Amino acid sequence: MTLRKYLILAGVAFFAATGDGFIARGMKQVGNISLHRLPDIVLVVLNPVIALGVLFLLAFFACYMAALSWADLTYVLPATSVSYVVLTLIARFALHENVSLTRWLGILLISAGVGFVTQGPAFTPLREKSDELVGASLSARTEP
Amino acid sequence: MKSLYAWGAIAAIVLTSTAGDVLLSRGMKQVGDVGELRRRIGLLAVLAQVFKNPNFLLGVAAMATAFYSLLFGLSWGDLSLIVPASTSLTFITNAVAARIFLHERVDQRRWLAALLVAGGVVLLAM
Repeated sequence: MTLRKYLILAGVAFFAATGDGFIARGMKQVGNISLHRLPDIVLVVLNPVIALGVLFLLAFFACYMAALSWADLTYVLPATSVSYVVLTLIARFALHENVSLTRWLGILLISAGVGFVTQGPAFTPLREKSDELVGASLSARTEP
Repeated sequence: MKSLYAWGAIAAIVLTSTAGDVLLSRGMKQVGDVGELRRRIGLLAVLAQVFKNPNFLLGVAAMATAFYSLLFGLSWGDLSLIVPASTSLTFITNAVAARIFLHERVDQRRWLAALLVAGGVVLLAM
């Protein structure tokens, strides 16, 4: 794992949280969309805050795909769930929402999960995968 | 009946988004490390490879299905049930699916991480 790769993982978490945040704020500005005027859903991207949110979510998807090109799915998902922590901090300190004790406890659990997974290897080596397929066991393996 | 619909939608979201994540992960592994590839063949060629990959395209289609299942679910059930239930269950189904279909080594550490995050997501929604 290089610094560049950690930055991409941080990008996944950051763009997911901020993108969702912008979309949520923009949709509150737009107001309810009734089922009878469903085509309006296409026009909401004209709202600048929502457009910014869409842009950030595209950046999220690009970072997510880059991460999946070199790391396991079971590494990327928990590692980037730090976005929930970021989102709660944004809600508390930028949007001045009330964050209950249960939510802080949730943040603690997620942070512990992130800590656990990032201590381990990011990638199952190809050799190990083929070994597992034929059911053979091999001794020492090193991460590439 | 309404809660049956809501849980049906949750099941659909969990199933399609797990399929999407697995397919996207498999597709991107086939493409290879995009950072390295970009240095070798350039950004446009990398993008072309990604968008030509059938697993990637199927993954995007599965993710789109998951998104529409979510919209339908939200019209039947509460946001505070549908979103945390489907998100946290997806962390667990993804660990199982990654082991079976991607042959990832899901050791105790990764199981514990998936369970902790899934539990944390539920608490965030309470």
